[in-house]
Amino acid sequence: MNIHAIRAIYIFELARTWRTLFQSIAGPVISTSLYFIVFGAAIGGRFASVEGVSYGAFLVPGLVMMSVLTESVSNASFGIYMPRYSGTIYEVLSAPISAFETVVGYVGAAATKSIILGTLILLTARLFVEFSIVHPFWMIAFLVLTSVTFSLLGFILGIWANGWEKLQIVPMLIVTPLAFLGGSFYSITMLPPFWQKVALFNPVVYLVSGFRWSFYGTADVPVALSLAMTALLLVICLAVVWWIFRTGYRLKN
Amino acid sequence: MQPIIEIRGLEKTYASGFQALKGVDLDIRRGEILALLGPNGAGKTTLISIVCGLVRATSGSVTVDGHDIVRDWRAARALIGLVPQELTTEAFESVRATVSFSRGLFGKPPDPAVIERILKDLSLWDKRDTKVMALSGGMKRRVLIAKALSHEPRILFLDEPTAGVDVELRRGMWEMIGRLRDSGVTIILTTHYIEEAEEMADSIGVISGGRIILVEGKAALMEKLGKRLLTLSLQNPLDAIPAELAGYPLTLSDDGRELVYRFDAQHEHTGIAGLLRKLGDHGIDFTNLRTEESSLEEIFVSLVKERA
Ligand SMILES: Nc1ncnc2c1ncn2[C@@H]1O[C@H](COP(=O)(O)OP(=O)(O)OP(=O)(O)O)[C@@H](O)[C@H]1O
Ligand SMILES: [Mg+2]
Repeated sequence: MNIHAIRAIYIFELARTWRTLFQSIAGPVISTSLYFIVFGAAIGGRFASVEGVSYGAFLVPGLVMMSVLTESVSNASFGIYMPRYSGTIYEVLSAPISAFETVVGYVGAAATKSIILGTLILLTARLFVEFSIVHPFWMIAFLVLTSVTFSLLGFILGIWANGWEKLQIVPMLIVTPLAFLGGSFYSITMLPPFWQKVALFNPVVYLVSGFRWSFYGTADVPVALSLAMTALLLVICLAVVWWIFRTGYRLKN
Repeated sequence: MQPIIEIRGLEKTYASGFQALKGVDLDIRRGEILALLGPNGAGKTTLISIVCGLVRATSGSVTVDGHDIVRDWRAARALIGLVPQELTTEAFESVRATVSFSRGLFGKPPDPAVIERILKDLSLWDKRDTKVMALSGGMKRRVLIAKALSHEPRILFLDEPTAGVDVELRRGMWEMIGRLRDSGVTIILTTHYIEEAEEMADSIGVISGGRIILVEGKAALMEKLGKRLLTLSLQNPLDAIPAELAGYPLTLSDDGRELVYRFDAQHEHTGIAGLLRKLGDHGIDFTNLRTEESSLEEIFVSLVKERA
C-alpha cells in the first residue's frame, strides 16, 4: 500500500480547495442562505408544516443533500479532469500507485470537502431555523455515504469527459434536475399518485428521504430502502471505476 | 552484470492502427548514459512511455532491474523517474509543493532537505515559492526534472530534456546529468542535438521507423564509422578533378579552391602519401592542409538514410 501517495494526492487536492476557498465554500453557503430566505421565509409562511415539521426545518436536510450531491460531482470531476486536460496525469500513471490508491486519494479529498460543506450548510441553516437531529449517527452515515458515492460519480465523469462542455453538461442536465426533483423542497407524498411513482425512479429521492429521516424520524420511503439504494449506487460507481482502471479507458493508449 | 533494463521483442500498434514499434530489443547497462537518437516519429517517446507505464505494449516484455513492468509494476516504477517531452505542469502550485507532491506519489516520505538539494542543483531554489505558471519555459522544464528526481530514482528517463533551454543552462544541465551518472543513476535521454549525445552519452542508440538500428558505445561507434576528411587549399583553382586522380574519393569545392579527400582512419594505408605525390606530379600546389573527423551527426544522418 502506497500510503505516501494517497496522502500526497489527498493533501494536494485539499490544497486546491483551499486556494479556491471562496468559490468552493462561500458559493454554496450563500446560495443556501438564499434558498432559506426565498423558500423558508417568503413561501414557507404559507405552509404551516410538512409531516409535523415546520417548512423551514423540513428544507434543511434536502438543501444539504442537494449541495452535497452537486458539489461532490463537480468537485471530483474537476479534480481528475484537470490533470488529464493539462497532461500532468502522466505522473500519476507512471507512479507506483494502484487504481485503488488513486481513487482513495482523489475521491477521499472530494468527499472530505463535501462533508465539510454539508456541515457548513447545516450551521448556516441553524441561523435561519430551529431543527433537531434525532439519529445523529445515521445523519453522519448518510452524509458520508452520499459524499463518497457522488464523488465517485464525479470521478467517473471526469475520466469520461473529453471536453469542458461534457464536464459541465452532466451536472447541469442530470444531477441538478434529479436533485431538484428529488424531494429537497417537498415531500413526494405531496405529489399526485402518478408522479409519486415516477419519482421513485429518481435515486436522489431515496437519499433525501433517508437523510431527512435521520433528522426528524419521518420518511417518504422506508429507511432500509434508502440505505440499500445508497449502497447500490456506491457499488455501481465502484464497479465502473474498477473497470476504468482495468481497461485503462481514457487513461492509457 | 545484468542490464538494468532489458527490452525484448517490444511492439506497439496504436488504436489508430499505426505501428510505432516493430520489435525492439534493447539492453541498457547499469550506470550508463544512453542517448537515443532518431528522427521525428521514430518511436522514442513511445518506447519510453511503455517502460514508464504510460502506454501498454502490444507485445514483448520489459524488465527493470529484474522486475517485469506488468507483473511487478510497483517495484519497477518505484525505480524510475520520467521527464516527459511535453511541458506539462500544474499551473497553480508552487514549485516546492509540486516537487514534494511527486516525491509522495512515488511512495517516499516527505523530506524537505532532499527537495531543497534538488531545487538548488537545478537553480530553482530562488523560485521555490513561485507558482509554476509564472515560470519561463526553461524553468518549467527544470521543474519537470526536479519532479522526476524528487524520489531519488535509480533510472532517469529524459525525453528531450534540453529542448527550449538556453545554451548556458544546457551546459549546467549536462553537468548535473553527469553528476547523477557519477552517483550511479542510469540515464536514458532522447535528443535532437547530436552534440548533446556526443558530449554526454556513453552509448548511442539509433532508432528509426520503430526499429533500433544500432546500439554502440560512443567511442566504438565513432571509431568504427568515423571517416576523416583531408582538405587541401589549392594555390590555383581547378575547373575539374584531373582524370589522373579519378581513382581517389575526391570532391572539389564549388569555387575550385578546395579539394576534399575522404579516408578511413582505421586503415593502415590511408593513401594520403600517394595522393600528395600524385598532386605534386601534376603540378597541383596547395597552400594549406587540414584533417577533421566526421561528427556523430554525419554518422547519424548517413545511417538513417541508409536504412530508409
Ligand atoms: N496516441 C497515438 N495514437 C496514434 N499514433 C501515435 C500516438 N502517439 C504516437 N503515435 C505515432 O507513433 C509514432 C512514434 O511517435 P513517438 O512520439 O514515439 O515518436 P518520437 O520518436 O518520440 O518523435 P519526436 O522526435 O517527434 O518526439 C509517430 O508516427 C506518431 O504519429
Ligand atoms: Mg518524442
